[in-house]
Amino acid sequence: MSDATAPAPRRIRMTVIGPILALVLLVIAGALMNPNFLGWDNVTNVLARSAFIGIIAVGMTFVITAGGLDLSVGSMAAFIAGLMILVMNSLVPSMGAGIPVILIGMAVALLAGLAAGLLNGILITRLGIEAFIVTLGSMGIYRSLVTWLADGGTLSLDFTLRSLYQPVYYGGVFGITWPIIVFAVVVVIGEVVMRSTAFGRHCAAIGSNEQVAKYSSVRVDRVRLMTYAALGLLVGIATIMYVPRLGSASSATGMLWELEAIAAVIIGGTVLKGGFGRVWGTVIGVLILTLIGNLLNLTDFVSPYLNGAIQGAIIVLAVVLQREGKAR
Amino acid sequence: MSVLALRHVSRSFGPIEVLHGVDIALRPGRVHALIGENGAGKSTTMKILAGYQPPSSGQVLLDGQPVSFASMGEAEAQGISMIHQEFNLAEQLTVEQNIFLGRELKRGPLLDKPAMRARTRELLDRLECRVSPDRVVSTLSNSDKQMVEIAKALLRDTRVLVMDEPTAVLTRAETAILLRQVRALRKAGTAVLFTSHKLDEVEQIADDLTIMRDGRVVWTGEAAAMDQHAMANAMVGREMSDLFPAKVSTPGEVALEVRNLTVPGFSRDIGFTLRRGEILGVAGLIGSGRTETFEGLCGLRPATGDVKIFGQPVRIDHPWQAQDLGLCYLTEDRKTRGLLLGKGLRENLTLQALSKFDRGLIDTTAEERALDQAIADFDIRGHRAAMVGNLSGGNQQKLLFAKTLLADPRIIVIDEPTRGIDIGTKQQMYVLIRRLAAEGRAIVVISSEMQEVIGLSDRILVMRHGRITGELGADATEDAIVKLAMGVATEREPA
Repeated sequence: MSDATAPAPRRIRMTVIGPILALVLLVIAGALMNPNFLGWDNVTNVLARSAFIGIIAVGMTFVITAGGLDLSVGSMAAFIAGLMILVMNSLVPSMGAGIPVILIGMAVALLAGLAAGLLNGILITRLGIEAFIVTLGSMGIYRSLVTWLADGGTLSLDFTLRSLYQPVYYGGVFGITWPIIVFAVVVVIGEVVMRSTAFGRHCAAIGSNEQVAKYSSVRVDRVRLMTYAALGLLVGIATIMYVPRLGSASSATGMLWELEAIAAVIIGGTVLKGGFGRVWGTVIGVLILTLIGNLLNLTDFVSPYLNGAIQGAIIVLAVVLQREGKAR
Repeated sequence: MSVLALRHVSRSFGPIEVLHGVDIALRPGRVHALIGENGAGKSTTMKILAGYQPPSSGQVLLDGQPVSFASMGEAEAQGISMIHQEFNLAEQLTVEQNIFLGRELKRGPLLDKPAMRARTRELLDRLECRVSPDRVVSTLSNSDKQMVEIAKALLRDTRVLVMDEPTAVLTRAETAILLRQVRALRKAGTAVLFTSHKLDEVEQIADDLTIMRDGRVVWTGEAAAMDQHAMANAMVGREMSDLFPAKVSTPGEVALEVRNLTVPGFSRDIGFTLRRGEILGVAGLIGSGRTETFEGLCGLRPATGDVKIFGQPVRIDHPWQAQDLGLCYLTEDRKTRGLLLGKGLRENLTLQALSKFDRGLIDTTAEERALDQAIADFDIRGHRAAMVGNLSGGNQQKLLFAKTLLADPRIIVIDEPTRGIDIGTKQQMYVLIRRLAAEGRAIVVISSEMQEVIGLSDRILVMRHGRITGELGADATEDAIVKLAMGVATEREPA
């Protein structure tokens, strides 16, 4: 071929710049509509609100890239929050309301998240049941369990513990709160793992063609299982950051988080059928979703009740752009 | 008088012209063979003939009149059908639904199922194809899918039938049926364009012959004027030395010992030994369980049996276990099992041996060096930054070899090493396989091409119905293999 030595044409793809462009436009629009928008308080507020979904969405990026899906993360978070509060409250009489109880509560959250993720992963990989079905089932189970634990009401954290635990959400260093710091750390690690490790490469290979991965001696089931386990662990981390915010859990906790996380992943340019994923894109996706809600609250053009409608439209638009990028 | 012809047709993709002034004429009641190496321009020529692509310059003549088809649908309405190498079937529909797709028979507003069933049966009977009309296409073998494609074309009262390597996935028996059908179509006055890498078939079936090289027609005329040797020379543009390298094996220690290997549903009681430096051919009809047996051996399917690798009893349940033991299987199906078509060369090359590049993070510099090396060693041509799906079949196959060999296996099972690749690349592959053996690796070659098995192997196992029916030496004849593969030699013995 005569073009064998020509350099690769570096085409700017809509799938790459699309999400960035959308984010920039949102920021500009926000700054024009409300002078407080770019203020320190609002920016940290947006970032902190993004953190829960964001931490989960980073894990979801790996699951989706490897060709899977997890619908259970929202109710999993609610269940973990409920479990965590129950355990901590029950330890207060014997151990007193102190830091050790909170640390035990955090450990419970991490272990419960890991176990829940592993359970999803084992059902999917060992029994070969569709991820959609397994996680639809576990979504219902966890949601129901937290309602049962709370006896239909709300589980509240012991009052003394609550004030001890609150700094995990409200405190921070140099004015940056802990959720934002944890989110940033998770994102950096996630990006490196996706981009430059064998695990990330294997996720993309499995998602783009599971048969090829299998025939290439990739340990397909183990990699898959690890994506669900990692996601479960991240749900645990997100819950640890979330519980001190309200100090309670109910059947409404974490409602629709799974959809927001999946939406953020897709808006960020990860392919829903798997095979290609990028963590930084997911971060942009999360920010876009949070910013829309934030903007609607700050301005009075559009009712905040239409938040869901606008988010929905953006998700559909993102997928349309993805397809155009592919056709080219 | 030709029914369909190209006159001075050129075709460019972007700045690159791939066809240069091609003339070809298909006549009713004649089989026209179009041959050439991969990349010679056969596919583009066929697509222009069948109305899939317009020419950049020059004319398409239908019954002597210039035409331009806006779509393949228009060409089809004029009685021109094309059967692709990659099947154009709706996998989840049944055989019958596929055959009648887009032209369902109706009685009033409802489908006339009995009529379609009867017609399907009749078409399949004509093709001697014993598939039930309500089988779902995804469950069919490649050869049966081919027959369904042909049945579809038969239904459409085709005047011109363009067939892109129809026999590539067929066994000898199926090929014979197909060629019989082609002859029947010829007798009925259809003009057939036929491409194949198997020159013996071309010699058998073709009335007219066109040979292409580098986007030009280099020879055209009556097929009877050319023998296989002359065709091969015209295709590559140089004298073809002997296709196969000399068999200079010096078998060493036993590398692989297999006893009582059973792959449920596919094969039973398979036993053989393989030494270092040796090439063991495995012949048999498609469906005789060759592929499944060796996939079972390599942990790609459930299997039972006693396997020893270099004397050590081993248990292999997963392909990565096989690879850890130095045993690799190189698939026959490079497009759906071998390579990630949507990814680049580098990611594909290192996928199987990624741990070699894993220093916590992946060392991409070392990966690039490995790619440089592979491109040089295996003569992979094509854009370095290309997606693998855009490489030609031959280059994909070379990349698949490079990828597997990067894992440095001591024992390699190569399934259909040269399926769908041109004769020049084939020769390179044969030299490569022999060199791997000379390096002291133990090699199994599974192949449906008799010449390949005979030309390459030091010993040959023949399989039939999931069992080994015989072992032959390097001097095996095609006749002896066929007898064992068809069960002719053993059928007289009492069961």
